Amino acid sequence: MGVDVVNAMVLLANFVVVPALAYGSQLALGALGITLVYGILRFANFSHGDLMAFGTMVVILLTWQLQAWNIGLGLLPTALLALPLGIAATIAVGLAADRAVFRFYRLRRSAPVVLAIASVGVMFVLNGVVRVVIGPDDRSFSDGARYLINAREFKSLTGLAEGLTIRTSQVLTLALAVIAVAALFWFLRRTRAGKAMRAYSDNEDLALLSGVEPDRVVLLTWAIAASLAAIAGTLYGLDKSFQPFTYFQLLLPMFAAAIVGGIGQPHGAIAGGFLVAFSEIALTYPYKKFLGYLLPDDVRPAGLLQLLSTDYKLSVSFVILVVVLLWRPTGLFRGRIA
Amino acid sequence: MRRFLMAAAALTMATSAAQADMKVGVLMGFTGPIESLAPNIAAAAELAMQEATESGAFLGGMQVIPARGDSTCLDAAAATATAERLVTADKVAAVVGANCSGVTIAVANNVAVPNGVTMISPSATSPALTTLADQGYVFRTAPSDARQGKVLAQVAKARGIDSIAVTYTNNDYGKGLADSFSNAFEAAGGSVALSVAHEDSKADYAAEVGALAASGAEHLAVFGYIDKGGKGIIQASLDAGAFDTFLLADGMVGDSLVEAIGEALNGSVATAPGSDSPNAKKFEEIAAKAGVDGSKPFSGESYDAAALIILAAQAAGSTDRAAIQSKILEVSNAPGEQIGPAELARGLSLLAEGKAIDYQGATDVELTAEGDASSPYKEYEVMDGEFTTVRVH
Repeated sequence: MGVDVVNAMVLLANFVVVPALAYGSQLALGALGITLVYGILRFANFSHGDLMAFGTMVVILLTWQLQAWNIGLGLLPTALLALPLGIAATIAVGLAADRAVFRFYRLRRSAPVVLAIASVGVMFVLNGVVRVVIGPDDRSFSDGARYLINAREFKSLTGLAEGLTIRTSQVLTLALAVIAVAALFWFLRRTRAGKAMRAYSDNEDLALLSGVEPDRVVLLTWAIAASLAAIAGTLYGLDKSFQPFTYFQLLLPMFAAAIVGGIGQPHGAIAGGFLVAFSEIALTYPYKKFLGYLLPDDVRPAGLLQLLSTDYKLSVSFVILVVVLLWRPTGLFRGRIA
Repeated sequence: MRRFLMAAAALTMATSAAQADMKVGVLMGFTGPIESLAPNIAAAAELAMQEATESGAFLGGMQVIPARGDSTCLDAAAATATAERLVTADKVAAVVGANCSGVTIAVANNVAVPNGVTMISPSATSPALTTLADQGYVFRTAPSDARQGKVLAQVAKARGIDSIAVTYTNNDYGKGLADSFSNAFEAAGGSVALSVAHEDSKADYAAEVGALAASGAEHLAVFGYIDKGGKGIIQASLDAGAFDTFLLADGMVGDSLVEAIGEALNGSVATAPGSDSPNAKKFEEIAAKAGVDGSKPFSGESYDAAALIILAAQAAGSTDRAAIQSKILEVSNAPGEQIGPAELARGLSLLAEGKAIDYQGATDVELTAEGDASSPYKEYEVMDGEFTTVRVH
């Protein structure tokens, strides 16, 4: 019995907990960017998913070049070396989009919905640029050691019937997410510029009267949002695979995460990211084998015990979104719903 | 003025010479889920056309010119538009293609049958094509999956597999093959623990693999595409340690899979149409000289599809679309002199003399009355990172 419980836990860790932790971190980083833009610039930025795709594309192109030069990081993926330049390029594109499109509407104090629709236009342009440059297909750019522990090694090491795989990319995702989030919170709470951003977010007019420079706040917001986008996109691409279309599809779970947590609230975006990721994976996982380990032989289930078919994975975000908007429109952490 | 008239006359002669060519459409999935296989399949068809042209024996020295078009393998609307262009603008006499079952059915229904153009698919394998109301215009040199399912079931049973999970690409090809395999496998006493579709072009198949693994089966059959979901499913299975070896169908056989997955694929088993008959070996030799890999799936079938169109036109004595259609079964089946690969010149001159031929080609073609091929399957096993033929069924 004791071994069965351990087997059941390992099974759940392998198929639900570890993948959801990695996916949740990726969503949280993406949702943070969305929530920052919403909180400070006051519009829903639909181009965030394609900003991620753009940053990842730059990282992939640089990674290929580095691989051609035989420069690598050994066990770690080469993409980490390319990431700083990818972040710089993404910031440049974010700022260019702001200068070309969003600034115009901001200076006229247009309604948030106008800015949101303008961001849909920016999304299509970025989407097109990425497809023209790197093509619509699957691109692989991960290298280094693929596994920290793989299932077969784990089985022979522990003698359990179930294996546990932990991929390098999953650990890397968690580690980078923690570093990025810690740095962001430190910046927002402890630095003068961060405090200025929070003041601007709380009350724009009051902040301006107190001498906060609006252009600087806008510049910093885009710089942070674009950096988070490039990091999130690269981690997602390393962990799963890069295809421009899938980044567009990430928009829905990321918005769901931002809204569930309370839009405009950074810690809410993180909680929301993990909530969406765990719901998506836990609701579509069949528990037949898991309960098979825990229950006595005669009551073992015959069906798969799967709440939702995996085809409906994406719709989980929709359901969460609707439920939250109906029952607690401000989200878990009381964000602002204008 | 006289110079102008002469130039005009020369131009007219040049155009009328061009009209003496026979154009044959090569409608393949150059983009999409089988894009790594399509160039080789197309090159094999064009090899037969080049052979006929160079023989000088085709309809008194006529040239056979290929006209390529992209079937995309997935997008029925795009494939239909391309086929429409081949038929109306390029005025092809017949079409070699399309590649995947779904688009082949769409092109047949919307373009080939209404326009009375013969199409011979080298690689559409869905059982649904057999019963298509095609008025005799649709043929294929690839055998139906109704048979591949049975062969796969035999292979699985012979390797001692009793319980298996099945995942297939969500279209006519995947569904048809999964159904025929499941029926045959259960009839042979095996049990299919779970059979689910997967969508192509997703970033992550961990959830799908989780469900397949939870079914309790230890083996996984993947009936998908090599460059899309099929590869993703295998990668995710290996990542999670859910399955170690796989049973694969023809859409998954190719070098790009072993390159992407690596050593972990060793021990997996696959089937694809093909044989090791003397004709198949001879085809591989002549194809290699032209830079075509004749051992890859559907290359022999493609060569044969183009050859049948050329021979049928020769037998009819014209490049008329309906005339070609009426002669396909006649040149492909007995009675008559047997014609192997690289023997198109002999076949053409026999037909010119009014004698009957029985085209064998690279795949020992024999067409049924419904226009299906009844050719054999190769069983492959991945050994040392390569698909190696172990048996012919």
